[in-house]
Order: sequence, then C-alpha cells, then structure tokens
Amino acid sequence: MHVLVCIKRVPAPGARIVLTEDQTAIDTRHLGFTVSPHEECAVEEAVQINERLGGSTTVLTLGPPEAQEQLRTAMSMGIQRGVLLQTDNPGWDPRATATAITEAVRQIESQHQPFDLILFGTESADAGNYQVGIRVAQALNRPIVSGVKQLSIEDGEIVMHRAVESGFELCRVATPAVAAVMEGLNLPRYPSMRGRLAAKNATIDIIEPQPRSGGLITRRLHHPPQQQSETVVLGTGSEAATAVVDLFERVGLL
Amino acid sequence: MTATLVIVEVTDAGVAKSSLEAITFTRTVTEGLDGVLSAVSIGAVPAAARDALASFGVTSLVELVGDIADTYAPAAWAAAVVTLIHELQPQVVAGAGSQRGSEILAHVAAIMDEPLAAQCVALEAGDGGWDLTRIRWGGVLFEDAYFDAERAIVTVAPHHTAAASAASSGQLQVDTRHVVADPDDLTATVQETRQRDGGVSLATAAVVIAGGRGVGSAEGFAELEELAGLLGGAVGCSRVATNNGWRSHNDQVGQTGTRVAPDLYVACGISGATQHWVGCMSAKQILAINTDNEAPLVAKADYAVIGDLHTVLPAIIEEVKARKVG
Repeated sequence: MHVLVCIKRVPAPGARIVLTEDQTAIDTRHLGFTVSPHEECAVEEAVQINERLGGSTTVLTLGPPEAQEQLRTAMSMGIQRGVLLQTDNPGWDPRATATAITEAVRQIESQHQPFDLILFGTESADAGNYQVGIRVAQALNRPIVSGVKQLSIEDGEIVMHRAVESGFELCRVATPAVAAVMEGLNLPRYPSMRGRLAAKNATIDIIEPQPRSGGLITRRLHHPPQQQSETVVLGTGSEAATAVVDLFERVGLL
Repeated sequence: MTATLVIVEVTDAGVAKSSLEAITFTRTVTEGLDGVLSAVSIGAVPAAARDALASFGVTSLVELVGDIADTYAPAAWAAAVVTLIHELQPQVVAGAGSQRGSEILAHVAAIMDEPLAAQCVALEAGDGGWDLTRIRWGGVLFEDAYFDAERAIVTVAPHHTAAASAASSGQLQVDTRHVVADPDDLTATVQETRQRDGGVSLATAAVVIAGGRGVGSAEGFAELEELAGLLGGAVGCSRVATNNGWRSHNDQVGQTGTRVAPDLYVACGISGATQHWVGCMSAKQILAINTDNEAPLVAKADYAVIGDLHTVLPAIIEEVKARKVG
C-alpha cells in the first residue's frame, strides 16, 4: 500500500504563549518546534501499515526550509521519502495550502505511483483551521473520513472508527482514500538511533508551491480578555476536605 | 430574502447547544445586513425544536429529508447545503464549530472553492470583505483577521458565544424538501454506530475529576473514579496520563482530546500546559489539587488545595460519604 502523510511544523509552547512585538506571530525564539500531535499519529500509522503490508511511505509538508526538521523526524520514525513544499511566505491560508498540496500530490503521483491512502491530522495545533484534508480530498475526488481514532485495512478497504460523544461511528471506504486522524489513533514511537542517522542524510525533494490569494489574512494575535481573579486556597492537605465538599454543595453536586 | 444561513444540528434532545450558540452569533451579524436569518437542518425538526429556532430569531427553516438524513454522510450533506446556498445566495453561511459542523462546512467550502474561517468568535462586514476574530491554539490565542471573501463561510467556536434567545420572535416558515444524494457523495458514509458502554459522558458531565502526572500510575486513578462515582461525574486525564498508558485517550481532556465545560472541573496533579488548559478553560469553576502552589493551573484555577492528591482525595471522599449519610 502506498501511503502519503501530510504534516505541519508547529511551535511547542509550554504553559504560556508569548507574542512577537508586532503581535502578528508567536515569539518562537525560545521555543522548539514539533510535528502537530494528530499528525504524529498519522506518521506512526503510515509506518505501521508499511510494516504490515509493504508498499511505500512518503511524508509531505508546506513550510519554511526549517520544516525539513519535521520531515526528518517523520523519516526517523520510518517514513521512506520526504517532500517539502518550500516557502518563506508565512501567509498561506488553508485554501491556498490545500491547493498547493493537491497540485503536489498530482505531480508526485504522475512521477511515481498513485497513493492508496493519504493521511492528514483533523486540525493543526496552532491554526486549527479544520479543512485542509477535506479540501484536498474534494479536489482529488476521493472519499475522506475525519476524526479517525482507529484505522485498519481489511480486504483492501480502509476501515475507520470516528469517536463521537455517544460512542463510535464506523466507515468503510475503498481506496484511493483520505483520512483525517486524531491523537489516540496509536502511540507514536520514539525514533531509533539508526532511524535518526538514516533520516539525517536522507534526500528531501523540494517543490516550489504557487501561493493563491484571498481567504484569511492575519492582522493581529492577542490573548483573550482575562476575567481571572485570585485563586482561593481552600486549605492544605487533608484538612481542606471540609471546604472542598462545601464547594461541591454550592455548585449543586450534593 | 436570506442574508444569513445557519446549519443547525438537531437531535432527539432538541437543537444542539453549539447550534444555538451559532444562531446567536449569526443573529448579531444579520442585524447589520439586509435580509433575514434562515436555518437548514439535515433531517426533520420536531415541533419543540422548531419553537426553539423561532425564539432564537430564525425566520425560515429548510428541512432536508429523505435517504440522506438516515446516516451521517458529510460529503452528501454538504452537497445538499451547497445546492441551497446557490438558491438562497446568503452573505453568511455559518454552523457550530462542533465535530460535525466543522466537517460539513469544510466540505461546503471545498465544493464551492470558497474560503472558510473556522472557530470564529466575532464577525462583521468590512471593507470589501469581512473582519473577524477567531480562536487559535484551541482558544488561548485570538486572531484578528481580514477575511478576503465575498461570502463569509464560518464555523462558530463552541463555548464562546452564550446562547440567548431573540428579543422578539415571529413565525417560523418551514420548507421541507426531499433530497436524493449523488452516490459519489456516499462513499464515506457511516455504516455502523457503536454506543459507548455506560457511564457519564466526559463531554457533558456536570463535574469532571481529572488526573495528570501527579496521579503516578493507572491504579492511582481509583480514588478519582470513586469520587467521580459519588458525584455523578466523569473521570478525565491529561496528555501525560494518556502517553504513559494510564488512561485511554477517550478520557483525555485537552486540545487534542475532549474539550469540556462542566460546572466544576477538579484537576488533580495537573500542572496545566497550554495543551491541557484549552480543554478545561470553559469550565464554570476549576479546583486544582497540587503539591506545587506555583503550578500554572493553580494560578489559573478559581480554587486550589495545596497537597498530595493521594492524601487529599481520600479525605474528600470520606467527607462526601459522611454528608450523604447525614
């Protein structure tokens, strides 16, 4: 099975997000970057499928030259090929991103082989646009299931479970197909030392994407208004129990 | 004439809360436009839910019924909504930023090749386009953006706009239409649903007892389970607990797990990284139990108990039991 995973490079913030002085971006001078969490699971899933069924695995991202770091992370986990849609322009809106990925998929498929399965994360950790995978699937006229938390391949079909409040929804689709997955799909592996070394020197194919105008244009980022008041300390250790249960009563839980 | 069109999700329990929030959001936008607020639902809307829509200021409702309403098929549902958009030509198309709302509107925007702004908290007509504010990082950051689009296709961030009925409500016009889906749009349809086994749903529980690194092990959650049971609540956990294999990912509260909005959120041994905070910040009240009085979640919480959760929780459990008997 030939599998493509599309990932995004995102900052890895701790408990507080600091903005740049002009408030148009996150101040990343003191932050590391990571693969957006849903997509880390997509990478793991692709590697597992390849271990079971053979075929090929490719990882793709749209981003600055530094995004090679995230492609290499995926490759150190076991992905075979890396493709970077390289751009220094940070202003890609989700429609433009999806159009560029669609074009790249067509190009790669014409040079190599069609992908049986394309994996995305349901939404990215930073921008949370909830749409790139669906747009690519629509443009390629392939079925997509979103919110996937369990995936298996049975008789050449992709069987996917979507978690919903009341339980699970099961979808079974023929290939070629697209899935937008969520964390919980699997537990991503830590890259092995051998994997890291191999990924370090692997060739990454560079494609120059054409931006598309319109859509979302970020003007300013800001923190939501704080209605935060002082924390009321109800006590220390077990002696706080009475005050805590008083709180339960006030909230109407007892 | 329709100025704004809202996709509403209706269940046996009525109009979904997130849809009522989306209607409230869109009603405010409609006031600045020429035309009325319309709603579309996939599936028939019962009388009580129709009354709710009317009281929220919806003027007309289009019910799309037929085979497509039987099972969830996002591409087919979106295609039916797109047909309606071509007919009504609304200036705004909105829906809840729920799982289904996000998915259907992404399909709608994709089919129409128009931009989509997800998880909005404010929207108004601007210079040739729209000015909007949307959430990023699950809600710890707001983004002010210019939306360069003729029509604003948006999802409304749940828990941000309080659902409020309209000052005055009129008659709701209902238009029921039978839709036959294109088989090509039914290739990724839900074929089977499995109910969760019992227990209180994390997403809708009135109280959530959540544990993180401080719980220390899978067995350590027994005290949280017991307290949740006594209070009729659900157990949640942080990403650390999931990654350590202590809890199933279905229990994870956070940006990549479930976003909860209970009356009370009890965070036991959770320091409060951004990833976790965005999952619980919509709780009405937060109680943090932590040995570290400088943990970010202790600072952000309404109430705190400083101490080891394995000492504090048993004492709370004893006290709850004593008062239940008394």
